[in-house]
Amino acid sequence: MKFFGRVSQEQIVFGLAALLCIGFAITLQGFLTPNNILNLIRSVSILGILGVAMGLVVIGRGIDLSLVSVMAISIAWTLQLATDGMSLPLALALGLTFALIVGMTNGFLIAYIEIPPIFATLAMGTLIYGFGRYFFFGLDVMYMPDDAHILTWFGQGVLFGVPVPIFLFAGVCFGAFLFLRYTKYGRYLRAVGDNQLAARITGVPTRPIVVLQYMLSSLIGFIAGIVTAASVSSMNTRVANSTFIYDVILVVVLGGIGLSGGRGGIRNVIVGTLLIGVLLNGMTIMDIQYTVQNVIKGVILLTAIVIDTILNPRDEQTAQQGDI
Amino acid sequence: MRFIKTALLASALALSASAASAQGIDDPTRAPYYDSFKGKVVAYVPVAMGFDLTEGWAAGLKEALEPLGIKIDIRDPNWSTDVGAQAITSLITEKPDVLVVHNPDVSSYARLLKKAEKAGIYVVQVNMRSSYSTDAFIGADYVTMGGQIAQRLIDKCSPKNGGSGKIAVIQGVLTAAASAYQMQGISDVLKEHPEMNLVSNQAADWDATKAKNIAATVLQQHPDLCGIAGFWDVMDIGTAAAIKESGQDVYLISQGGGNQSACDGLNNGTYSEVVVYNVPGQARDMANIIKQLLQHKQTPGSTKTTLFTPLEFLTKANMKPGSCWSLPKKG
Repeated sequence: MKFFGRVSQEQIVFGLAALLCIGFAITLQGFLTPNNILNLIRSVSILGILGVAMGLVVIGRGIDLSLVSVMAISIAWTLQLATDGMSLPLALALGLTFALIVGMTNGFLIAYIEIPPIFATLAMGTLIYGFGRYFFFGLDVMYMPDDAHILTWFGQGVLFGVPVPIFLFAGVCFGAFLFLRYTKYGRYLRAVGDNQLAARITGVPTRPIVVLQYMLSSLIGFIAGIVTAASVSSMNTRVANSTFIYDVILVVVLGGIGLSGGRGGIRNVIVGTLLIGVLLNGMTIMDIQYTVQNVIKGVILLTAIVIDTILNPRDEQTAQQGDI
Repeated sequence: MRFIKTALLASALALSASAASAQGIDDPTRAPYYDSFKGKVVAYVPVAMGFDLTEGWAAGLKEALEPLGIKIDIRDPNWSTDVGAQAITSLITEKPDVLVVHNPDVSSYARLLKKAEKAGIYVVQVNMRSSYSTDAFIGADYVTMGGQIAQRLIDKCSPKNGGSGKIAVIQGVLTAAASAYQMQGISDVLKEHPEMNLVSNQAADWDATKAKNIAATVLQQHPDLCGIAGFWDVMDIGTAAAIKESGQDVYLISQGGGNQSACDGLNNGTYSEVVVYNVPGQARDMANIIKQLLQHKQTPGSTKTTLFTPLEFLTKANMKPGSCWSLPKKG
């Protein structure tokens, strides 16, 4: 395997996505049109935004299983408040506050009480879904109230011929990239993810950084929620119970951000998201039956992971404690 | 003597008759009617609470049955087939008198429903049926409905009528009765119309976001798409968003329980047409059949009744103020 040199998982996945793209472009009429490419990216932009949130947390060696619940419940509550007559900015502010409080609680449980993130956020996701359904609203699907239609622009609008969700996806990616690369806290986050004890010895405030990382994830989740609600004029809180959160983790891990923390960047999320996007789009154009789509998706994802394991075998140096 | 006797008898009769008419006569069917309901329990297992259909049925059942002293026991599996199966299993041992089931798909609960009937529980299925027929099924005739929807699309989109003939279908969960039977109806009709071209037939799992992504891809792949049949109005809000974004003129025919949001959607152009199976009507049908079963006291499973809900094809043009219904507001 020396032939390939050291090929990273990101490059493998990017290669697969490119291969699929070329394959589809040759075989499928209308795949490689500007409109379809825009549509392809738009359809995965929410997944991508959530992927950035999850990516940040995973780089900090955590995981946020409550991400989709936070997104669904905070936005559904916002819509409920707006439907009940509250002004939209105030409703949005309350929804955002709720999301941030949840993120802060997650961070507090993980950083100070030292509960493993996978359990803390799993429980939190279930808790806030139930809490929201019981106290905030009775119905599964909340509709966008008529006077909140300014908001729909974020999901259905078009700017310079490009759908707005793509700009938001790009914006979130860019913001997260700047945060990771150029801010003190971004570097701290990576340091904490790589080796928390070492980071602490060098004077990094590790616990507050962990809290920050979950609050960021909730914040980005809230943004993803706005795009979701705006693009279909409603928020389906059922996604909190779906397998969507695994798709998000998949995008992150597939792109090459190791679950052991400290590695990878925003580019990995983008690459992972693109592969999923190309796959889904191509299969929808081919009108492949839904159950068969799942089989194909699973096989391609496994292929990516197998190639990675062959090219980059795990050894004592690369394997870390906490690898899943 | 005889004359006096007759006269006495007559006057006595007249007296008693007048006494009766003053106090009223008791309806002889009342007591057995009320007795047959006292202390009965109706268990209700929908696929999930929290959306218009299941909340509407629950509200309707409560309104009709609770005043009679029947207890309504709601088990909410929250979209999990496993939890639903567990709920039914534990209900079989708890033995309610009637079990109302809304099936997530045609096969998962089939064996359990049979077991419930054997255990002496009347089983009523609502709207989405299992492959196993029980005491009663109340719901839309999805095969006919699919056929009628296909016919509507043919009317709108057939090249003979100036359309492109290209149509798409967005299903819910593939294995749900509402999807599987309906698709049968659609295919049956389309078979006889080779001029129609079904360019896409995908499942969106009752989810608006998935529906939107599928519809967006199909629309941009087929700029001359003429019509889309969606299988649920709550999901098709996503389909509609994709149509709106594409700027194409596509006839979207959706369906649902006729909640107010459907009429709002027709009004603001989200849907072109909505096929409505009236949820309060279905709840009334269910309540009636439950009353009948409890009064007849026949062995569960001994008869099979199917009551297909009448369908209404609502458009902006034929919609009236009372065409849709709203859920009672929660506290």
